[in-house]
Amino acid sequence: MLKIDNLHCQLEEEPDTKILKGVSLEVPAGEVHAIMGPNGSGKSTLSYVLSGRDGYEVTGGSASIDGEDLLDMDPEERAAAGLFLAFQYPVEIPGVGNMIFLRTAMNAQRKARGEEEISAPDFLKLVRAKAKELNISPEMMKRPVNVGFSGGEKKRNEILQMALLEPKMCILDETDSGLDVDAMKLVAGGVNAMRDAGRGFLVITHYQRLLDHIKPDVVHIMSAGRIIETGGPDLALKVENEGYADLIGAA
Amino acid sequence: MDTVNTMTPWREAFDAFIANDEAAVMGATARADAFARFEAHGLPTRRHEYWKYTPVRDLLPGQEILVRDGLDTFADVETYQIVFVDGRIDISRSDRTALAALVEIAGPDGAPWMDGVFNALQNRPIPGAMFQVERPFANLNLAMFTDGLAIRIPDGMTLDKPIHLRYEGVVPSHLRLEMLVGKGASVTVLESGAGALTTGAEIVLEEGASVDHLRSQTEVAGKQFTALYATVGADASLKSFTLCADAALIRNETMVTMAGDNGSGSIAAGVMGMDDTLIDNTVYVSHEAEHCESRQVIKSVLDGKAKSVFQGKIFVKKGAQKTDGYQISQAVLLSDGAEFNAKPELEIYADDVICSHGSTTGALDEEAKFYLRSRGCTEREAEALLVAAFIDEAILEISDETLQDRMRDTTDRWMSARAGR
Repeated sequence: MLKIDNLHCQLEEEPDTKILKGVSLEVPAGEVHAIMGPNGSGKSTLSYVLSGRDGYEVTGGSASIDGEDLLDMDPEERAAAGLFLAFQYPVEIPGVGNMIFLRTAMNAQRKARGEEEISAPDFLKLVRAKAKELNISPEMMKRPVNVGFSGGEKKRNEILQMALLEPKMCILDETDSGLDVDAMKLVAGGVNAMRDAGRGFLVITHYQRLLDHIKPDVVHIMSAGRIIETGGPDLALKVENEGYADLIGAA
Repeated sequence: MDTVNTMTPWREAFDAFIANDEAAVMGATARADAFARFEAHGLPTRRHEYWKYTPVRDLLPGQEILVRDGLDTFADVETYQIVFVDGRIDISRSDRTALAALVEIAGPDGAPWMDGVFNALQNRPIPGAMFQVERPFANLNLAMFTDGLAIRIPDGMTLDKPIHLRYEGVVPSHLRLEMLVGKGASVTVLESGAGALTTGAEIVLEEGASVDHLRSQTEVAGKQFTALYATVGADASLKSFTLCADAALIRNETMVTMAGDNGSGSIAAGVMGMDDTLIDNTVYVSHEAEHCESRQVIKSVLDGKAKSVFQGKIFVKKGAQKTDGYQISQAVLLSDGAEFNAKPELEIYADDVICSHGSTTGALDEEAKFYLRSRGCTEREAEALLVAAFIDEAILEISDETLQDRMRDTTDRWMSARAGR
């Protein structure tokens, strides 16, 4: 599904700041992979480079989704190809209604894939059902995108978008940050409901606790722009108990 | 620029108008005085302080009227429509009779109740440097208007439908509106169409009156000059909104006097420009009574080589205590060649007031744009959503939600046209 091979990148404005220094990993369909690592290891940058945010220059390596070169695509083409990033800090967009945004996005992706646009009644029905599952009130849906949302509401709104857009490959960037236990359960429930044989997940997190709720198949440890260790779910537990110091030292 | 030469065709046109046009008998003396002022001023150049960003070149009396798309923003709004074609009322397409059954109507000069008002607001000496500057196109309008309307809304009346002044035709015409809105009366006035080179309006709001004025200049492809003089009485409320798009040259001058205590005035505009557009909104609000609130909200979205100009002044006369004056002008530049010029001014002679102003110019929020694109919206769709949200802050100054939506439809159409390029 997602294949990253020896990916290198630096900041566009500061070419001397190398952030990714040869990241390689592969997330097959149906699997959940977690990336853990200390602050500044390049986890969020990896998610931005994959989703096509400006400001980063890829200097080497490749990334593809189902064999299609991601790095060659505009952000909206990546979305249409099935990539989704749940942002660590979802942007507030005053004046743009949540509903019109969701509908524009859904239809844009459908159009890009050569599919029919969703009808207004079908869209409403779908949004209502998915919003209810995530405990998102109709009042929230009427507001501008993320404006006035609490931290937890923003994250739930991300998962709602993911549920509506049904991407093939979901990247969750620190989705647990700023969430209390109840909100985390709700978010994790939303993610788990979407797990299936055709879909891959890459869950970026600082802490093991999210992984109690979203059980990963594989855990990668990232440090200084590289994956330094890959293992099973117990690797996350080991990090939780012992910290990153030993792993980083050994690498 | 040689004043004599550029004025010669105008003098000839004015003389011919006075000699031949039956409309010339309306306000004959005022016309001669006004033309003399226009002639003495000449066409505005960059040397005139309030025309620095908006020089008027090559304007001739026979200037052809250019229409952009002919799509009337207010086409499906139920109104009392008054249609002017080539500068004259088209009775067959106008609801003049229905309107006359409800309110008092006369020609633009012939209304007895306008005695002391007609041409008086325009020439009233009001303190403040900006007000004393000449308004050459208001003078031209008064000198050469061929038709128009004088309306009196009786005390206490709420007119059930808006009055829609529709300007059509290809003759570069000059039209006037004189309006007296009685105590506690309320009315909505709509203006649309490209068929007027100049419009001049004087609106008096008596105590507790309320006027919503909406203007769509989205069909103007050539040039249009407007002047609106309003005086807002005690507890009265004026809301004026203008939507402009893609004209070669638009200059809107709005002069509002807050004349009675507890009045409120809002002057808002949404400007959208592609290519070689020049749109200028010049606003002057004079606070001359206590506890009045005024707002100026101007939003511009500019692409290509489009230019938008905003000159806005809040003047607070001595004794106009508890004035609350607000002014914001913001522009989003979608290209490197686009330009926004803002000249905000405050002049305050009262010591217990709140006045604030701000102006920003920049690109669309890249973070927001990326967020939208990461969800699949194309770049143009993302821009359209963000632009609509940006312009909406001006559209929200309109009280009526249906009319807000008409403005939104026109804005959407502009963004779609841009996306299709």
